[in-house]
Amino acid sequence: MISRRDFFTAAAAAALLSNSGVGGLAALAKAQKLTQESLLRFDPLGTVTLLHFSDLHAQLMPIYFREPSTNFGVGADRGLPPHLTEQAFLDYFKITTGTAEAYALSAEDFVALARTYGRMGGMDRMATLVKAIRATRGEGNVLLLDGGDATQGSWSSLQTKGEDMVRAVSQLGIDAMTGHWEFTYGAARVMEIVKNAPFAFLAQNVRTIDWQEPVFAGRKIFEKGGSKIAVIGQALPMTPIANPRWMIPNWEFGIREESMQKQVNDARAEGADVVVVLSHNGFDVDRKMAGRVKGIDVLLTAHTHDAMPAPVKVGNTLLIASGSHCKFLSRLDLEVKDKKVTGYRYALIPVFADAITPDPEMAKLVDEVRKPFVGELNRHIGDADTLLFRRGNFDGTLDDMICQAMIAERDVEIALSPGFRWGASLLPGDPITFESIANATAITYPNCYRQTMTGTQIKGMLEDVADNIFNPDPYFQSGGDTVRTGGLRYEIDISQPVGSRITNMTHLKTGNPIEASKGYTVSGWASVKQGTEGPPIWEVVEKHVKRLGAVRIEPTNAVKVTGT
Amino acid sequence: MRSNELVPSRRDMLKLTGVAAFAAALAPHLALATEETVAAELKKLFGGKKMGTGKLKLDVPQIAENGNVVPLNVDVTSPMTAKDYVKAVHVFADGNPWPQVVTYNFTPESGRAAASIRMRLQKTQNVIAVAEMSNGDFYSAKSQVKVTIGGCGG
Repeated sequence: MISRRDFFTAAAAAALLSNSGVGGLAALAKAQKLTQESLLRFDPLGTVTLLHFSDLHAQLMPIYFREPSTNFGVGADRGLPPHLTEQAFLDYFKITTGTAEAYALSAEDFVALARTYGRMGGMDRMATLVKAIRATRGEGNVLLLDGGDATQGSWSSLQTKGEDMVRAVSQLGIDAMTGHWEFTYGAARVMEIVKNAPFAFLAQNVRTIDWQEPVFAGRKIFEKGGSKIAVIGQALPMTPIANPRWMIPNWEFGIREESMQKQVNDARAEGADVVVVLSHNGFDVDRKMAGRVKGIDVLLTAHTHDAMPAPVKVGNTLLIASGSHCKFLSRLDLEVKDKKVTGYRYALIPVFADAITPDPEMAKLVDEVRKPFVGELNRHIGDADTLLFRRGNFDGTLDDMICQAMIAERDVEIALSPGFRWGASLLPGDPITFESIANATAITYPNCYRQTMTGTQIKGMLEDVADNIFNPDPYFQSGGDTVRTGGLRYEIDISQPVGSRITNMTHLKTGNPIEASKGYTVSGWASVKQGTEGPPIWEVVEKHVKRLGAVRIEPTNAVKVTGT
Repeated sequence: MRSNELVPSRRDMLKLTGVAAFAAALAPHLALATEETVAAELKKLFGGKKMGTGKLKLDVPQIAENGNVVPLNVDVTSPMTAKDYVKAVHVFADGNPWPQVVTYNFTPESGRAAASIRMRLQKTQNVIAVAEMSNGDFYSAKSQVKVTIGGCGG
């Protein structure tokens, strides 16, 4: 870990680079330090400040998180942000390579920059930022909103059914939350959280199946900075498809555009000056919705884990994407005049763990909630010889490791691993602790099954999942990445319709084509089917990593992608 | 088709003239029912009729959260008087082994030609509704419902 004084501001580095023409990190040496103060620097506007984060995925401690190298957009979203990666992303947002900002927002030169700029996030650092902004802006002018998925993604969150994170975001003082992974703790637990929470749980698009009655409050009006701000919640519309429906058997979701429009209209009728949607739709769904539902001032996006340093505007609606894993805090200042938003100023604040002094109260709480599990969390299983990361549309080395574990430990020909977008990265040389494994696997339906599937069934599954990401109509997209495969090579043309994208499936071990009617032994996890049998995936991975000692994963290039 | 007390029995349906012909045409080769064969049979049944759109509202989800119980609502705009009313609404699913879903019969006394049901859809397919008016006009609506295995969400 490098010390705080080794940090440099992106701006100063950029200026230095352009003046001297010297590239690379060495050039940063004489530049200005990156400090808590510089991260918080903001020229305030108007009287209202919205603070937003989403998809924390229960990461209480600072971590590394590599942004994707592949993140293709299709249909109307092709080539638009957030579907830009690496240099294209940096060019679009005019970010200089090698800067702190480039490290936080892209996969370019990730390992080298991670060693320079260190870990990101940490709930105690987030608390410092929130408190500082509240202090300078005035408590009564700041609204703090959580876009969902705060309560799942770590061992302590799994063991406490999200209670560790509920306590953390409550202490942080969030005003409202919406949901997605929250629902994987089951309906009863969700209702318990909602009943006891000091914040509002908002989801206008969840109804009872039998009577179509709202399950949660759809919106709440807050008075901040002399304005009435309506916040409308939107849970992940695809929750019963993307996650086990049997855990929430009496609830129906969906986008419910007409009902969203009614929420907006009703909020205005109640005197709202500003209408904010706290959404977990995913970026492309939100972009489409913003063009169809009229009267939304600010749409706070989530789910697809995009981090963008500038808002996207659709009509008069501002779309904000605040990233994931506690890496970023969004600050949006609004100027409101005559019941209208007349101006805005925005910053996506990167949470550089080593530049920010931890908030002692939050640090104490984080210690307390982790304490019962510290022994397990710190258990040293093996070591990462190469970079282990998850994000990417088709594969990541962390998932390659999980797939290899299933093939070896469950003795199968083919392994399937879900395309989750959460899970911290490990740098070459990092220890693989039980916490590292849990950070990528801690779910309430972890059973690692073993079964026989025909070639047709395997293809059908790959096709279905691919269509959930690459359907050109965003309203058919469920977020996430494609299912990861082990022991299999295939080609995918993402521009084709469902049923025609996947070709040339080959069994890696034999080099033979996958035969449609032949049965193959397959292992996978995170099945949405009730009663799936098998050991929890973290046990399978732990056994494998322990056996290997050192984990060395080179990119497999097993998926050939066309039609981008 | 799932048994449900709201659904008329198959024998009742066969009494309906047009639909009986449809059922008879498809019954011997149910397993072969496809989007194309269903479209062809519908054309045979209703092809000669004046088929309008707009008055019949077919409300099904774009994506089924549960393919075993997909909600279906039909609603036809009509004064529902003795002179002008909706006689029936027929619903078909062109990817199911048995493509007939339901037929609702109405009279002026029904007051409103609207009904709801939950149907099973075996795979992604089109749901087609045809409203038969008392003056001999027909209205149709079609909507695709996606049925997916799910999983893997972000």
